[in-house]
Amino acid sequence: MQKAYEFSRKLKSKKSEKMRSNSENSLWVMFIPALLFISVFIIFPFIYGFRISLTNWDGFSQTMNFTGISQYIRLFSDPTTWLVTRNTLLYGVGSTVLQMALGLAYALLLVNSIKMRVITRTIIYLPVIISPLIMGYIWYFIFAYDNGALNDILLAFGLEKSNFLGHPYVNIFIIVMVNVYQFVGLSMIVFIAGIQSISRDFFEAAKIDGASRFQQLKNITIPLLVPAMTINVIINLIGGLKLFDVIISLTGGGPGDVSQSLSTFMYSLYFERQDAGYAATQGIFMVILIFTITVCSVLYLRRKEIEA
Amino acid sequence: MSSMKVQKCNLNVLALCICLLHLVPFYILITTSFKSSSNFSSMWKLPSSFQFDNFITAWNQASLGTALFNSAFITFFSAVLLIVCGSLAAYPLARKNTKLNKFMYFLFVGVMVIPPLSVLVPLYQMVVDAGLLNTRLIAVLNNTAAFLSMTIFLYTGFIRSTVPKELEEAARIDGAGTLTIFFRVVFPLLKPITATVLIICCVYIWNDFQFALFFLQDENVQTLPVAINSFFGANSTNLHLVAAASIVALLPMTILFLVLQRYFIEGLAQGAVK
Repeated sequence: MQKAYEFSRKLKSKKSEKMRSNSENSLWVMFIPALLFISVFIIFPFIYGFRISLTNWDGFSQTMNFTGISQYIRLFSDPTTWLVTRNTLLYGVGSTVLQMALGLAYALLLVNSIKMRVITRTIIYLPVIISPLIMGYIWYFIFAYDNGALNDILLAFGLEKSNFLGHPYVNIFIIVMVNVYQFVGLSMIVFIAGIQSISRDFFEAAKIDGASRFQQLKNITIPLLVPAMTINVIINLIGGLKLFDVIISLTGGGPGDVSQSLSTFMYSLYFERQDAGYAATQGIFMVILIFTITVCSVLYLRRKEIEA
Repeated sequence: MSSMKVQKCNLNVLALCICLLHLVPFYILITTSFKSSSNFSSMWKLPSSFQFDNFITAWNQASLGTALFNSAFITFFSAVLLIVCGSLAAYPLARKNTKLNKFMYFLFVGVMVIPPLSVLVPLYQMVVDAGLLNTRLIAVLNNTAAFLSMTIFLYTGFIRSTVPKELEEAARIDGAGTLTIFFRVVFPLLKPITATVLIICCVYIWNDFQFALFFLQDENVQTLPVAINSFFGANSTNLHLVAAASIVALLPMTILFLVLQRYFIEGLAQGAVK
């Protein structure tokens, strides 16, 4: 009797164990839809793109001629590659530096309990949710040569009209500025959250020790904001290095190629110059460049975080 | 005490100046949109009379009604797919720390380093070969793929940190299957993070231009940014019309933002922290 009871209990527990492990093992079924999406739309095209980069395909012929690494040799000897890489770095680094400086300044202003706090935060943040392409067009109204808002001011002061968007460097600066204007709200919010998480005790103690406001900022706020800075660097750098929409609406990459970024250059190679093989090569180059820069800067900031 | 008051007053004035500066582009946009096409007065000047003709012309010529529908359609279905596929995938990744799951998590999150635009050439070719060019379907699928990594990342973190295992174990003892447990017990607890995912999708997919530009060239399937882009191409000498079209295109998201401001600001910051 006793034996039979133990046996049946064993059997039961074994069964339930099996059932349990079965249902747990089958959990992997749940990530199949996601895996399909990632494989079809990202991983496979990435590999296929590498294959296209080894051809001189024009984008529409039925056949692709295998040309080995000749597109890569072309990439490194093409002066436009370096122009475009330099522009991309200017967009990425320029946006990051300006957006963080301005975002921190806004955050320091808006952590004070002033009447204008909520409305200012809303107005600064509003452009974040607007299409970057349309934001570019709105700024086009200001910088346009004919009847542009900025040229109206110049004329009112008796100065000559200027073609801001046609001037190299100036147009790059304008594109960076528009990007900063649009996304500074995001940096600001990350910094506000960072500042609000710093314990009041630090500031109280510093006040008792007679530290000035600037000393408090330099010795307490900034060092403790390093994690928030890491986040901001990642967002702004990736955003700036991938910049596309604003360039299309403000200059279209021109005049010539002077304001082209890697993204817009690749687009123009493929759709306007029928140079698909080379466009794919630029795509691979873009992945490597963005990956290297982002990883290096994140590793650097993480080390800083540990030091702080 | 009074010096404190003076200081606060100064800060308010400073904040006011910043607000005005940030509103300049919107001011220019609005003054331009209400002037008639033949009015070449400075954009700084307010129009003498407010005319709505530009809006009607822009709405018809740029087929903004169709574009509005396409944007809403694509955003809605991408968001549904993202929430379903993303939360489903995140659950096993958050619960079981097997070697396979660690690898999958690394893979899902790792593909975030590939900028979506870098695979443009092969992806476009695949879309053409599959006969899916100029269909809303391809925009939905591609947007889903593009934001899936981030969605999985957000869901996994949330399940790990806030959803208690005890509930699922209780349900399992009651004999519920894995999928039942997931949809009946786990998914309802994911509401806060689902709201975040939803906001991020709405903003980014609604505003997506890069992919829409390539995949949706036909007027019937164009989304708002693409429609505005081609409208600008056709009317670059008549900026009044472009301004009116831009305002129409901006309104839905702006209204949504002003109503649900707190959620937008928190949600997007959370997504940015990926």
